[in-house]
Amino acid sequence: MNTQPTFSERWSPVLTVRGLSVDYEADRPVHAVREVDLALGRGEILGLAGESGCGKSTLAYAVNRLLRPPAHVVGGEVVFHHADGAETDVFALDGEQLRRFRWNRLAMVFQGAMNALNPVLTVRAQLEDVIRAHEPATDRRERGRRCAELLELVGVDPRRLDSYPHELSGGMRQRVMIAMALVLRPDVLFMDEPTTALDVVVQREILAEITRLRAELGFAVVFITHDMSLLLEISDRIAIMYAGRVVEEGGTERLRRTPLHPYTLGLLRSFPSLTGDPTGLHGIPGRTPDLAESLDRCAFAERCPYRREVCDGEQPPLVAHPDSPAGADGRAACHAHDPSRYGTAPPESLLRGEFRPIEESEVIR
Amino acid sequence: MSTFEVRDLVKEFRLREKGGRRRLRAVDGVSFDLSAGSTVALVGESGSGKSTLARMLARLLPPSSGEVRVDGRVVGTGRGATRGYRGDVQMVFQDPFASLNPFHTVGHHLSRPLRLHGGRLTSSELNERVERLLERVALVPPDRVVGKQPHELSGGQRQRVAIARALAPGPRVLLADEPVSMLDVSVRLDILNLMDRLKAEEDLAVLYITHDLATARHFSERVLVMYRGQVVERGDSDDVILRPRHPYTRLLRSAAPDPGGSDPLTVPVEPASTEVPAGDQGCPFRARCPHAMSVCSRRPPEFPVGDGHLTSCWLYESSTEENT
Repeated sequence: MNTQPTFSERWSPVLTVRGLSVDYEADRPVHAVREVDLALGRGEILGLAGESGCGKSTLAYAVNRLLRPPAHVVGGEVVFHHADGAETDVFALDGEQLRRFRWNRLAMVFQGAMNALNPVLTVRAQLEDVIRAHEPATDRRERGRRCAELLELVGVDPRRLDSYPHELSGGMRQRVMIAMALVLRPDVLFMDEPTTALDVVVQREILAEITRLRAELGFAVVFITHDMSLLLEISDRIAIMYAGRVVEEGGTERLRRTPLHPYTLGLLRSFPSLTGDPTGLHGIPGRTPDLAESLDRCAFAERCPYRREVCDGEQPPLVAHPDSPAGADGRAACHAHDPSRYGTAPPESLLRGEFRPIEESEVIR
Repeated sequence: MSTFEVRDLVKEFRLREKGGRRRLRAVDGVSFDLSAGSTVALVGESGSGKSTLARMLARLLPPSSGEVRVDGRVVGTGRGATRGYRGDVQMVFQDPFASLNPFHTVGHHLSRPLRLHGGRLTSSELNERVERLLERVALVPPDRVVGKQPHELSGGQRQRVAIARALAPGPRVLLADEPVSMLDVSVRLDILNLMDRLKAEEDLAVLYITHDLATARHFSERVLVMYRGQVVERGDSDDVILRPRHPYTRLLRSAAPDPGGSDPLTVPVEPASTEVPAGDQGCPFRARCPHAMSVCSRRPPEFPVGDGHLTSCWLYESSTEENT
């Protein structure tokens, strides 16, 4: 259960993504991220969930201006909101401005961070490098002090500063990576599958570390993973991506209790509860659509047990459904919650949270 | 009836290090039984020795000592004996992207074990057997699937091919080493459901190796918990996962995410790990254990803590009288 404070009363945005689209250039361009609208609150932990290929990492790379060809942004904007109310258009930054902005305001902990450290440099050399690059005026003693402080902050003995990455355990390396991302005290931390390669006990320690640091330093986190059970525990809010789009977004408790989108439902049911009843465990048979397609329909339709004609003819918009059990909390892109399009009220079984796969077998086409 | 008995299996690796050699006991005296129509889950973290154990059981690695019995008979080590053994015991590997040959079709992957283990078959018999295998793993329509190459299939579909290949020799024991951890989350349960159905329909004995406590509980009858090469707790799935007794199992349990449960995000308290000297004879967990006592420098035997529920921990020494 989530014991973090809710931010609804004093929620103010730190990052706003509007209509962001990213393509991978190819003979048939792959539309990896499609018109994503998303806002991140100051000090909030936003979970970004979805399966491999849904565009969650590409989205994070785009916002951090880290995309390399053949990937490039084809539309949309990203706005960073400073604490004093000023705004920065992230895509308009270039050269020195971009260098100053990145790491300072937005920092990223990469996927497979355990192997992202340079094996031939000590932890100290790698941490100092960040300070030297971004704050060249800092003297040697000050740099050393800051590095020791950082390691202490993430729960690593500062005597480890002169260790090489291979001398550290996986959990310690992950903590060092987090320390590196925090060197310049960013407002937003992107974490791309930060605990996937770690054993469950270490994973739990890292999660607790992140929530503690968030409370202490007040940064916002975009936590990217396919593991819904982790997100439900750590996030204030969750956004679910499917085939490049956000298909549902809302407060963690609401999403867990009354998911609106059938894909969210299927994803939640894909993680059996440790202590709960084992009946009715299903996956979601089928595969994601070809991302080179333009998709003028619901991308989830062919795997969806609640599919109707309208789902094949029209792309459902990501909107609030005030009459649904979710009320005003969040948005979902599903026709089933829009009686004027769907033809009837949403099916009872969907509202009850049932996900019965349409097909038990894997059908190869 | 026990189909498959593992007794005192040991694997030692010799390591060369600075200042001499050292032996590492990756698997240290493991015993358990598998029986037809039943799944045993083997749970442990990386480095616990669970994959080494699986590789020994699949005869990909010779054990240092100990034995494996099929239907009460110890199987010899010659080539003929190994082929016979593999007819009975098959393995599904973790990564279906690596375990299937990218150059070969699905049909090829399935017809080879059929030819090797199935005796003389005419090509129409062979085709029929291949199609039946695909139907058993619910990959349809078979006539379209046989010509596909691995790259044309999704991860879940590939893992179904790997399971079909394992079923081809008509085994009675299926070893599945983390069979779903490389797959997309939305297909994991379908693969586990498939294995569960095969277990029931075909009376297979299944060893499900995993680090995931939740699926271990839901997809097995019994659970073994491994730590540093030893089984530290065993029993019925619900007993071990819901009412863990060994301090290590409790640590795992408290660290596992449980969104439906009521525990807040807490970190299990764990004292700093101290190095256990090589060749140590004591409890392997005592360096991390909050309850470590002087007696823990001796290796604990298995104490009963419930019906068929055993744990290797001195804390339960006195429970021997109380609970039996």
